[in-house]
Amino acid sequence: MALLETTNIVKRFGGLTAVNNINFKLDPGRIVSIIGPNGAGKTTFFNTLTGIYHPDEGQITFNGKSLHGLRPDQIASRGISRTFQNIRLFGSMSVIENIMVGMHVHLKQSPLDTLFHLPFFKKEEKESEHKAEELMMYCGLKGVGNELAKNLPYGGQRRLEIARALAADPLMLLLDEPAAGMNPQETEDIIRLFRRIRDEKGITILLIEHDMRVVMNISEHICVMDYGEKIAEGTPDEIRSNIRVIEAYLGRGAVAGQHEEKIA
Amino acid sequence: MKRFLKSINVHELLRPLGQLIFFSLGSTVVLSAIALVLALILDRTVVGQTLFERLNVSLYTYTLVNLPQVAIDGLTIGFVYAAIALGYTMVYGVLEFINFAHSEIFAVGAFVGVEILIALDKFGILTGASLVMAYVYLILAIVGGMLAAGALAVAVERVAYRPLRHASRLVPLISAIGVSFLLQDVIRLVESLTTGQFNRIFPTFGNFDRRVILGKMTMGATNITLGVSYKSIIVIVSAVLMLVALNYLVNATKIGKAIRAVAQDHPTASLMGIDVNRIISLTFLVGGMLGGAAGVLYALKFTRIDAFVGFFPGLKAFTAAVLGGIGNMTGALLGGIVLGMLETFAGSYMGVFTMGAAGTEYKDIFAFSILILVLIFRPQGLMGANVAQKA
Amino acid sequence: MVPVILKNVIKRLEQGVYPHIIILVHMVLGTALVYTSPRSNLAFLVLITSFFTLYYFKADRRFKLIVGVVLTLFIFPVVGVRNIFYLEVIFQISVFAALALGLNIVVGFAGLLDLGYVAFYAVGAYLWAFFGSQQFYVLPFAPGTQPSNLPFLLPGDAFYLFMFAAIFVAALTGILLGTPVLRLRGDYLAIVTLGFGEVIRVLANNLDKPLNFTNGPQGITPIQRPTMPQSVVDGFNTLFGGVVGHEVTPADMYNVMFYLLALAVIIVIIFVTRRLDDSKIGRAWTAIREDETAAIAMGIPLVKMKLAAFAVGASFAGVMGVLLAGSRTFISPESFSFMQSIGVLSMVILGGSGSIPGVILGAATVTILNLQVLQGLSLYLSQLRQSDAVIPIINFAWANLSTQLDPAKYQRLLFGLILILMMIFRPEGLIPSQRRKRELASDKVEGGE
Repeated sequence: MALLETTNIVKRFGGLTAVNNINFKLDPGRIVSIIGPNGAGKTTFFNTLTGIYHPDEGQITFNGKSLHGLRPDQIASRGISRTFQNIRLFGSMSVIENIMVGMHVHLKQSPLDTLFHLPFFKKEEKESEHKAEELMMYCGLKGVGNELAKNLPYGGQRRLEIARALAADPLMLLLDEPAAGMNPQETEDIIRLFRRIRDEKGITILLIEHDMRVVMNISEHICVMDYGEKIAEGTPDEIRSNIRVIEAYLGRGAVAGQHEEKIA
Repeated sequence: MKRFLKSINVHELLRPLGQLIFFSLGSTVVLSAIALVLALILDRTVVGQTLFERLNVSLYTYTLVNLPQVAIDGLTIGFVYAAIALGYTMVYGVLEFINFAHSEIFAVGAFVGVEILIALDKFGILTGASLVMAYVYLILAIVGGMLAAGALAVAVERVAYRPLRHASRLVPLISAIGVSFLLQDVIRLVESLTTGQFNRIFPTFGNFDRRVILGKMTMGATNITLGVSYKSIIVIVSAVLMLVALNYLVNATKIGKAIRAVAQDHPTASLMGIDVNRIISLTFLVGGMLGGAAGVLYALKFTRIDAFVGFFPGLKAFTAAVLGGIGNMTGALLGGIVLGMLETFAGSYMGVFTMGAAGTEYKDIFAFSILILVLIFRPQGLMGANVAQKA
Repeated sequence: MVPVILKNVIKRLEQGVYPHIIILVHMVLGTALVYTSPRSNLAFLVLITSFFTLYYFKADRRFKLIVGVVLTLFIFPVVGVRNIFYLEVIFQISVFAALALGLNIVVGFAGLLDLGYVAFYAVGAYLWAFFGSQQFYVLPFAPGTQPSNLPFLLPGDAFYLFMFAAIFVAALTGILLGTPVLRLRGDYLAIVTLGFGEVIRVLANNLDKPLNFTNGPQGITPIQRPTMPQSVVDGFNTLFGGVVGHEVTPADMYNVMFYLLALAVIIVIIFVTRRLDDSKIGRAWTAIREDETAAIAMGIPLVKMKLAAFAVGASFAGVMGVLLAGSRTFISPESFSFMQSIGVLSMVILGGSGSIPGVILGAATVTILNLQVLQGLSLYLSQLRQSDAVIPIINFAWANLSTQLDPAKYQRLLFGLILILMMIFRPEGLIPSQRRKRELASDKVEGGE
């Protein structure tokens, strides 16, 4: 059974249809990319999945349950975690606290536990601190636990966003251009991290990415969007040779064979 | 000359006039209908009986007879709100920032205008002035108020807002609250040092206090004259002129185009060769001038002003701007008129309808209740477009 | 060369035994000054700033605690009873520190700009004013027309009960007011809370009809205080009578008692604030303040958490309201104006929003500026007016200065300046808030420092 399934999702802004009739299925444990030219509606699609927007039409089912009418925080607690295109960390909180915010939905401490530092509170805080540290290490952040998030270098901030998203123990991770602005070495590292997340933690990954090296390297399946519609879907090899995709990127009339290499 | 005339966009000149008439008539009709229906219903209850015993007239007649006066009063204050609301809306449109100090800019305009007139009065110029000269002096006061308020608004932006333009949203707002408080006491300080007085009174001159009699009615034993004072007419006419001029400036001139471009997108506008800082200053200048003129008109209408005179009109005008859809100029007109009307209707009839349990004293919080309701149920306002939040 | 030496000296002074000495010297000096010249503002400032020394210098924690206890529980009451004006200043500082700490939860932690915070203060104050006075029996009478022999509804000792009740009543008011508006964007929320503040004030002004709940603009009086056992007065007299210099009356003891109560509330607020800040709730608040979109994507329910902040902040204001009603025995709508809200806000902003020591410093500074500096200026000006002094150069006789000019009333100027200057030059406040440093295993492994 698919982990995520959208049927005929439509999202309009005034006269503009940003997402048009998207049917999409994502099986558990896969790494899938969504690609498409700028303004194709990829981020809007993400925002519809995470509840920031409510779709005007259509259904989203996650893990067998409808997400209809849920708030973003409720969707997050159902097991969808995300990162943002333009990094959105809690800048004046420390790295470790950023990750602990990610655990919010799993923490059971009551106000009473908190006020009187009852044993349960102490235990839970200690455990989450440990877990946060493990996640830091896992994502390649060492010895910066007490640094403020805004003081991390760019690559570190990207990693912290991923660590924070993982802290919620999600079933599915949505990554919005995770490799943007990274150099080749960093990109390679982060691809390795994504593979480990999937292989070791079994988390399904859906990512938006422009960097074709990343997309072709990591994706097992690719979905292509243009003007709010899904124009193609398939394995990297299928997508590479799909005429409509090449047209979407290079304009109509471009000869497929000539530009194949550039896309790949 | 011919070319100049040709370059005037008549449509843009007339469009707001149509809107103003439409809004005024519309809100008058709707509110009158509501008041009359309420009166009809309450007439048969204890409310109607009480009134009948007191004035020997039915509640319905009482309501009907008072309607024209209430509508005119509502319209007058509505236009004042609209003029102030435009200041909020222009700044909000360009900077997405609530210029909390706009109420004090309004107050400064009022003070400068009134002080000019008091100074003229001291030399005995006003008492002997002919009707034409009386209007000249009034215009002089309005222009003085506009210039002072406009200059102040630009200075405030330069000193207290510009350094904070890239900070988070609440930072400039807190600064603006600070400016508002500071200015209130600065006005008071200047007034107490120079004149030694707390209240300033708009001098009596010209024919402003006289009324144009529209008709007479008898209600029970008393005669009621229906009239509009000249000052109400002046307020309405000046406000209309300002609104038309502003609408023309923003929608039909090159400067207006630049303002709208900056409102859309600062970086892009600056790439197109627009000096964003200058346009923002200009926005504050225009908004401040409108506020200043509104201040003098307010003083003309209500006569007495003090250093805190801006607070409530300012808040209500902000409410009007939000009610109409903040950032939207037509919305500010609509909001101002509707709010002024609502408030006057409520202030005039609530006391009678509730048998004195709740009357004019709740007029001021009436606006807040509307503000809260609007923000809850239609945060984009009556005329605002639904803007999606960027993720 | 000199600055280097100076720096070294300061460095030396911050280590080892020196801080202890400095703190003690400051405290003793302040006490001695106030004791010998009980009318001097300067002496009082020296005494009150010993708190700053206490906070600033690193010293043994137990030592600090003891000095703090001695200062607040012994020196201040005794000095205050000697000169009741000092006690008033200290009391007001405590009240405003408590209010500012409460507002700090809303503004500093959750990032919600609440411009109508004193509304909750008013709720608490009117709660006790109504139940702790004759007002219940005044209900059918218009203000000023009630007979004079009406009984009190509740005994004065119910005051303590109402301090607890106010927590819930004010929190409930916060939730009721907050529920419809907390989904609004920050700047709209600010204006709406301002509106709520005004609504509460106007209600207090006008709810003298059809039933007389609030007695209108005249306010409610007399409001009862809890009983003061004679033994406490006698005890204080035997202990400190010699130092105070005059017979301590129950009225003096009431002032001390309300000061101590305010202090107790402050301690509870600090305790609660720190515990909450360092938990799931506090992290959620900070996250919301930093970035709402990211916070909600992490599963934080925005409205619920904002409501919690609103309610916690409101509850403390409510408690302080009860305290105010009891200590003043008189309450009128005037005490709950928009200006008061902005005053408390400027304390938070001045000290550093989100920072507990900062907010207390802010409250103390603003209150002292208000009560001592501005009023001192007023006094000075009125002396000048009575003298025949002239301002040189412009040849202006002070006697001609308008009597309208009374610096004591220029609080708006003060608040306005604080808000503008802080926003432009130091938005993080005098003592910026700091995140707690955690002892992390990974840091040790790396040995980064």
